[in-house]
Amino acid sequence: MSSDLTLKLFRNMYRIRAVEEEIARRYPEGKMRCPVHLSIGQEAVPAAFAESVRATDFAVSTHRGHAHYLAKGGDLEAMIAEIYGKATGCAKGKGGSMHLIDLSVNFMGTSAIVGNSIPIGVGLALSAQLKGTDQISCVFLGDGAIEEGVFYESVNFAAVRKLPVLFICENNLYSVYSPLSVRHPKGRSIARMVEAMGVQIAEGDGNDALVIHQIMQDAVDEVRAGGGPYFLEFFTYRWREHCGPNFDNDIGYRTQEEFQGWQNREPISRMERALHKTAPAVMDEMRAEVNAEVQAAFKCAEAASFPAQSDAYQGVYA
Amino acid sequence: MTQKNFSAAINEALHQAMEIDPAVICYGLGVTDPKAVFGTTANLEQRFGSDRVFDMPTSENAMTGVAIGAALNGIKSVMTHQRIDFFLLAMDQLVNGAAKWHYMFGGQNSIPITIRLIIGRGWGQGPTHSQNLQAWFAHIPGLKVVMPTTPEDAKGLLLASIFDPNPVVFLEHRWLHNTVGEVPDGDFRIPLGQARKVRAGDDITVVSMSYMTVEALHAADYLATRGVSCEIIDLRTIKPLDWKSVFDSIQKTGRLLALDSGFTTGSVAGEIVARVAMEKFSQLKSPPARLAMPDVPEPTSPALTRGFYVRAADIATKALEMLGKDTNTVKADLPEPVPHDVPGEWFKGPF
Repeated sequence: MSSDLTLKLFRNMYRIRAVEEEIARRYPEGKMRCPVHLSIGQEAVPAAFAESVRATDFAVSTHRGHAHYLAKGGDLEAMIAEIYGKATGCAKGKGGSMHLIDLSVNFMGTSAIVGNSIPIGVGLALSAQLKGTDQISCVFLGDGAIEEGVFYESVNFAAVRKLPVLFICENNLYSVYSPLSVRHPKGRSIARMVEAMGVQIAEGDGNDALVIHQIMQDAVDEVRAGGGPYFLEFFTYRWREHCGPNFDNDIGYRTQEEFQGWQNREPISRMERALHKTAPAVMDEMRAEVNAEVQAAFKCAEAASFPAQSDAYQGVYA
Repeated sequence: MTQKNFSAAINEALHQAMEIDPAVICYGLGVTDPKAVFGTTANLEQRFGSDRVFDMPTSENAMTGVAIGAALNGIKSVMTHQRIDFFLLAMDQLVNGAAKWHYMFGGQNSIPITIRLIIGRGWGQGPTHSQNLQAWFAHIPGLKVVMPTTPEDAKGLLLASIFDPNPVVFLEHRWLHNTVGEVPDGDFRIPLGQARKVRAGDDITVVSMSYMTVEALHAADYLATRGVSCEIIDLRTIKPLDWKSVFDSIQKTGRLLALDSGFTTGSVAGEIVARVAMEKFSQLKSPPARLAMPDVPEPTSPALTRGFYVRAADIATKALEMLGKDTNTVKADLPEPVPHDVPGEWFKGPF
C-alpha cells in the first residue's frame, strides 16, 4: 500500500518535472510567447496534493501554477496549447501560462497577480458551505502572497465562518529576487503567525513528498469533517529564474552554496533512491510513459490552430 | 404600482431577488445592523436567514474576491458598501478579477455579482466620502455600470443587475435615497443598457445620470419659461451606454449638453461629447458642451461647498449660452437652495 503511494508520488513528481523541463527546453524557440513560471524543484507539494484531494474539491493557484493544474488532474494538452496561444488551449489563448483552468476537475483558475486568487478560493469554500456539500477548497500560494493584505482578510473571513479551505503555502524563500530576509522579520514563522489568527496549521519539509502527503491528508480530512480552515507551510526551493527557462545563480541574488544545499534535497531523486531497490522497472516504465505523453502533448499543441484574430473582440461579456 | 422612496425600492428589489432565486446572497458592512444601510437591507436577514444575509469583516478586497469565488460555483452575491470610497480597496479583485474572468478564461464561466456603492455629497462628506467614480469603472472592459435616478429605475435596474451574468457596479446617490415615486410591484426589471427620455424637447439635448438628472429637471422647468424646449436623456446605464438614444436626440435638437456628477477630466460626459463630436458633427448647431465637478476633491466645510456643485442654474446658463440667449437673470431666478449642502431641509445628517 505504502509503496503504491510512493510510486504514485514519484510518477506525479516526474510528470510535472518532465513537462516543465520540456517547456524550458523548447522555450528559446520563441513559440511559447508568454511568461512562464516553472515549478522545477517544487514538485513534491503538488504531487502529494494530487493524492490527497478529490476531483470534486476546488483548487485555485498562482502565476506559478502549471504543477497545481496538473496535480488536480488538469488536461495536459490543453495547458501546453494554452502556453502556445492556441485555440485548443484551456483558456482559448486568452489567458496563457498564468491563467489555467479545467472545470472538469474543478481547477477553477490561476492568477498573475500575487494573492489575487486567495479570496476566490475562500469564496468557493463559502459556496460549498452554502450548498451543504462536503467539498473543500484548496488555495495555493507562495511566501510572497503572505505579505499581501488580502491574505489576512481572506484567512480571517475563512476563520470567522469556519469555511472548508485548505491554504497550501509553498515557501520557496524568494519573491522574484527578494529574499525572505528583507521581507519578514528574522525568526518569525509564517505558519505560527497564521495560527494566531485562529486557524489550524502544520508545516513540513516541502521536498519530501511522503511527509507532505501525510500532513496534507490529515489536514484535508480535518477540513472536510468541518474543522474549519487549515494552513500548511512547506519549505522548498525554486531552481530556475523567477520567470523563464534559465538557471540564474550567476546574477548574484543567491549563492551557489545555498542552491547546492537545496539540490542535495532534491525531491525526485530522493524518491528514486527509496524506490531503486524495489521498483526500478516500474519507474522506468513510468518515465517512458510520461515522456511519451509529454511529447504527444507538445506535438498536439504545435499542430493546433491559432484562434482567429477576430476572437480577441469576443467574450468580454457573458 | 405603489408609491415608495428609492431606499424602499432597493429593499423591495433585494427581497424579490432573494425570493426568486435561492442562489442570491446579500452581504456587506452593516447590512444586518439596525440602520440596515439607510433601510435598503431591512428585514432581509429575518426573512432569508443569516447564511444568505450577513454582515462582514471590514475587508473590502477579500470580500469582493469571495463574491467572485462563490460566483464560480453559481452563487449570485449582492455586496453593499455605505460609501463608494471604501470600495477603492477592492480594485484588484474588481479590475483584475471580476471584470476579466469571463474573457481571460475563454468564456467558460461568468461572474454574476452586483456591487452596490453609495455616493455621498454635502453635509461635510468631504474628499473621501463623495466621489463619483463611474468613469473609472466604465473604463474597464467587462464591467457594467448602472446609475439609477428614480425609485422605479432603482428597483428595475437592481433586479436586472442581480440577474445579469456579468459583474455590475450599481451606484446609488445618497441624495436620491429619499426621493419618492411610483414603483411597479412584482418582479419588475429594466434591461441594462437602455437610457430613458425623461423629458421630450426640441432645442437642446441634456444627457445626464443619477442625481444630475434632478438638477437637469429643475433647469428644464426654468428653461421652458424662457421659451427653450429641453430634452433630457437619463443614461441609467453608464456601461454599456445607450448611444442610439443619445444620437437620436442629437439628430432632433442639434445641441448637446452632457452632465456628469464626477470630476471633469476623463468624465463620462467627456466621452459623450467626444463621440457626438466625432460621429454627429454635421448635425450640431453649436459646439457640444459638458458640465461636471471641478478637478478638485470635494471639500468638507459648508463654506467651501457653497456654489461648488453643478446646479440647475449652471445648466440653464450653459443651455441659454448655447442658444445665444441672455443669461443675466438666471442666478437670481434659480438661486442655490439654502442650505445648499443637503438634499432637503429635512436632512439632519450625519451621513
